[in-house]
Amino acid sequence: MTVKQISVFIENKIGGLDDITASLANAGINIRALSIAETSDFGILRLIVDDVFKAGNVLKEAGHVYSLTDVVAVAGEDKPGSIAKIVSVLAKEGISLEYAYAFFTRNRDYAYMIIRVEDNDAAIKILRNNNIPVIGDEDLAKMW
Amino acid sequence: MEKRYYQPEIETMPVDQIKALQSERLVKQVKHVWENVPYYRAKMEEKGVTPDDIKGIEDLHKLPFLTKDDLRDAYPYGLLGKPLKECVRIQSTSGTTGRRVVAFYTQHDIDLWEDCCARAITAVGGTDEDVVQVAYGYGLFTGGPGLNGGSHKVGCLTVPMSSGNTDRQVQFMADLESTILCCTPSYAAYIGEYIEEKGLKDTIKLKAGIFGAEAWTEEMRHDIQEKLGIKAYDIYGLTETSGPGVAFECEAQTGMHINEDHFIAEIIDSKTGEVLPEGEKGELVFTSITKEAFPLLRYRTKDLCILNRKPCSCGRTHIKMSKPLGRSDDMLIIRGVNVFPSQIETVLLNEGMTPNYQIIVDRVNNNDTFDINVEMSQEMFSDNMAKITEKEKQLVESLKSMLGIQAKVHLVAPKSIVRSEGKAVRVIDKRKLYG
Repeated sequence: MTVKQISVFIENKIGGLDDITASLANAGINIRALSIAETSDFGILRLIVDDVFKAGNVLKEAGHVYSLTDVVAVAGEDKPGSIAKIVSVLAKEGISLEYAYAFFTRNRDYAYMIIRVEDNDAAIKILRNNNIPVIGDEDLAKMW
Repeated sequence: MEKRYYQPEIETMPVDQIKALQSERLVKQVKHVWENVPYYRAKMEEKGVTPDDIKGIEDLHKLPFLTKDDLRDAYPYGLLGKPLKECVRIQSTSGTTGRRVVAFYTQHDIDLWEDCCARAITAVGGTDEDVVQVAYGYGLFTGGPGLNGGSHKVGCLTVPMSSGNTDRQVQFMADLESTILCCTPSYAAYIGEYIEEKGLKDTIKLKAGIFGAEAWTEEMRHDIQEKLGIKAYDIYGLTETSGPGVAFECEAQTGMHINEDHFIAEIIDSKTGEVLPEGEKGELVFTSITKEAFPLLRYRTKDLCILNRKPCSCGRTHIKMSKPLGRSDDMLIIRGVNVFPSQIETVLLNEGMTPNYQIIVDRVNNNDTFDINVEMSQEMFSDNMAKITEKEKQLVESLKSMLGIQAKVHLVAPKSIVRSEGKAVRVIDKRKLYG
């Protein structure tokens, strides 16, 4: 049970992000979560959107380079210590996080965290064994 | 300056005698090549020329050209004119694959090459009283070994510093009271700035410098002369013909005397191959008439320049060439190293990347900057930053091993490199090297 993330290459120049977000906006795509990783020359924009395949087509047509990745979406209660718990159980089991970012939905009882790991199945198993809910694309779709 | 020559009889030989000497040596050299270099013999046969057709320099135009492509086809031994056991040295251009040039030398060849460099050193006022600091790179590059040998021949105290380590360079310069500096013009300018910044000008006793291996302008000459308090002289050469010293500047500083007893120079139209009359700008072609091991006939340098045989105030009678005024191919010289855009394309393709790139060369504080923009591709992209930077690092390493110099790589958006009439602009050279 995973979530599809779309990652897009952004050149580090004024208007680099605008090129991408404007294309998505024109196509009526809703961005649910966003994170940017950057070096001095370029960045990677990582998005969770409401229609990832449509987003892919839009970006392709606009000449952007992108990739789709299955990432793990974890739900945590919206209170102090819930992210710490998620990170801590993964660390205990020797799972290395490549990157992570968090977002909210309309349901204010939970905060969500996207985590990128080498082995999704292993991470999901550990999370579930620790009673930490993991959600998939279908669950997310219902939340918007 | 008192007029001094390293080999006065040759350097001031009347022009008709030089031409007679060239004719005699050319005839002999063509026979040597015909008998010993099957690669060139085949080219002559293809053109229907035999050694009997070459009776003097007036017949030179009948011979086929050699180009860098020939050197690559014949690599490594195909153009050897002597058995390897008679060769004692190789020198090479940088670049580990593709356009690499490896030239061979017998002891005789090295002697003549060093004579040429000795003439250059003497022409700038060098004697056995001088301390010559050679800050060209040593090793496969011809700069260091060539000037080093020439300096020995003149009897100068030779300081084989090689390039880099400017602190130590300037320390030696002050402590040993070096009087002549040999290096690339950009490094000379850098040393000049360093000395100015550190306020060390009073400790420096330099009087002259011999600067070559890259194009430089008159403005740069003035800048170097002022900063180092010297006279700055140009020197020309290429590995294919021996190295530095094929031509050198004298006190007049108005062009470089070509050592005509060893090399015959022609200017051709680079499109048609026709020989152009003296005074016209065209591609410089050299014929080595004394080299044994690597006897290139009619080698096309791709350097555009002008020849001029007007009498020179220094008393030398050998023809003068202008500074190179451009290139007839796309080769760039960056920090003294030859770089072809096609080499970058090869590396990109080897690394599984798109060949969409742009080279940007500039000169900042008299040093060449070398940046390569590479368009991001689907194949190279990942959601994982570490994977992209790993590939980028790998690319930088492969470029360095191909080119011999470090480039800064920038990953840019797909299709962001400016295309002119559908063709990507591969090179932006902002240096204005040719005045």
